[in-house]
Amino acid sequence: MTPSTLFEKVWRDHVVREDAGAPAVLYVDLHLVHEVTSPQAFSGLRARGLRVRRADRTFATMDHSTPTLPRHLAVVDPQAQTQLRTLERNCADFGVPLYGLDSEEQGIVHVIGPELGLTQPGRTIVCGDSHTSTHGAFGALAFGIGTSEVEHVLATQSLLQRRPKTMQVRVDGTLPWGVGAKDIALAIIAKLGVGGATGHVLEYRGSTIDALDMEERMTLCNMSIEAGARAGMIAPDGTTFRWLEGRRFAPKGDAWRAALARWRELRTDEGASYDATVTLDATRLEPMITYGTNPGMGIAVTGHVPSPGSAPTTAEGAAIAKALDYMQLAAGAPIAGQRVDVVFIGSCTNSRLGDLRAAAGMLRGRQVASGVRVLVVPGSKAVKRQAEAEGLDAVFREAGAEWREAGCSMCIAMNGDQLRPGEYAVSTSNRNFEGRQGRGGRTLLASPLTAAAAAVAGRVVDPRTMMGGAS
Amino acid sequence: MTAEREPFTTLTATYVVLPIDDVDTDQIIPARFLKTTDKHGLGASLFADWKERPDFPLARSDAAGARILVAGANFGCGSSREHAPWALVGWGFRAIVALSFADIFQQNALKNGLLPVTVDATLHRRLIEARHVDVVARIAIDLPAQTVGLTGGPRAMFDIDRFAKECLVHGVDELGYLLARLPDIERHEAAH
Repeated sequence: MTPSTLFEKVWRDHVVREDAGAPAVLYVDLHLVHEVTSPQAFSGLRARGLRVRRADRTFATMDHSTPTLPRHLAVVDPQAQTQLRTLERNCADFGVPLYGLDSEEQGIVHVIGPELGLTQPGRTIVCGDSHTSTHGAFGALAFGIGTSEVEHVLATQSLLQRRPKTMQVRVDGTLPWGVGAKDIALAIIAKLGVGGATGHVLEYRGSTIDALDMEERMTLCNMSIEAGARAGMIAPDGTTFRWLEGRRFAPKGDAWRAALARWRELRTDEGASYDATVTLDATRLEPMITYGTNPGMGIAVTGHVPSPGSAPTTAEGAAIAKALDYMQLAAGAPIAGQRVDVVFIGSCTNSRLGDLRAAAGMLRGRQVASGVRVLVVPGSKAVKRQAEAEGLDAVFREAGAEWREAGCSMCIAMNGDQLRPGEYAVSTSNRNFEGRQGRGGRTLLASPLTAAAAAVAGRVVDPRTMMGGAS
Repeated sequence: MTAEREPFTTLTATYVVLPIDDVDTDQIIPARFLKTTDKHGLGASLFADWKERPDFPLARSDAAGARILVAGANFGCGSSREHAPWALVGWGFRAIVALSFADIFQQNALKNGLLPVTVDATLHRRLIEARHVDVVARIAIDLPAQTVGLTGGPRAMFDIDRFAKECLVHGVDELGYLLARLPDIERHEAAH
């Protein structure tokens, strides 16, 4: 048999039918649903008199517009309240399990899917959210879809898909001290550009990737969409299996052993080829931060803001000039030292326990700089419970940070957590688009470690200069 | 398959130029407008944070009546929100002409009768220059023939997925096609 890539194996296993001239009918194993991109899809089902075909393969939660202040406080506005009530009614009417605000398992959809063991190797997973790529960390083929496609999956458990191309992202070497998965992601996107992987599924491979834990792999796959790739995948291995074993929806007993045998086959065969390959030397990486208005505008935290004139093309120069105008940053200036008003630690990219531990390690025994507002928003109630059991909430509070309830919060600024016009934020989220964290707000994307260091310094700083305990 | 929306065959219309690369869906429609449970009524929120600038192309009086938007490369990157094509269609656009499109946006556009047309840099430049000279310059798109160009000028061919083209030309959506394949889907489930 011809050698196959990981992607090809999962794809082949889910093609229901492929007719000449038409896209493949691709079977969906798991459909995750949230309040923002689903109401129109359920309305569509009602208009056609259709039911949810496989409610047992569908799971809903609330995350985007939910409050992160204690739950007795009101949802931000009546419209958001209506959207949450609409999801409750839709789930009740169509028999879809809902991990709502009162559930102990509620959280960001891309945090709870893996936590519950719903995310498994070899599965096809979709959600009306572009960061569905996160689940590829387990060797699943997972990608974001629009609301029309949400309706298609609800009605048929299938999607029409053209087969994407494949791109190998090879990362080798030991990561330097103070450099993590978020820095790898930002370096890859800076290299590829925000449209560089359009039409491709990424597969992350190499010794650096093998050494990452599951949370780090999720951070990396999460950001695949920011290079234009709909999905990013990592072959499952012992790290994956240890993380999954015993989780609520993971197979048990004989089924677990059978699953392991299947999952061990989910590796790219020797001799399989990709449509494209990009390589990165992990040993040369530094902590990364963005200066501009898309995630591809990233530089080392020790670097300088580029000037429009240094761009290889006039279009790129114009993009840099437009970004610097919005960000009010000077070309050629070092990014370190830039004033910071807000630090946001959270989002489906960096709100898991390891992220919170890294941030707490930096904040333990230190104080948030005067005038800086720091929000720490765990990705799920389960993450929140575990963090509190470890005393991380106390570390954050004592340092002067706010410890919030689980949700998307200031990553998308739909719930009332937002920047004011002109404010600078160092954020562990995934998008620095104009106004993404609040109208007129200016976002610098970075790792939890770099964000926490900025909270203490009140400005952008190389976190490596502040590691090794409180001074 | 029966028609479920107005078929798309040919379109000749005035256009607006937004020659910026990497326009993300947060700009097309900011997240604060996503709290709706309806897909209608979003046209008023299109480019909400950009349109108040007096020099913004869509804010100018000569933009009224335009049905085509000429954009740069990687149009519609970022979030998967289908609210982006809903807002563009709600404003009145029926086609976007660009150097390239982000994947999810392109799929979402096609499902809403909004035609994404990819053109090369030469034609792109010609369209921008023509609009600069004449605000009522018009673009003619012939979807069955897969051609695009200025009215009265040479036409260029454009690529489009064959299946997506059939759906647009006949005004049908994909769900009907998928529903007709339920027996195959059931067989797949039984075998896995």
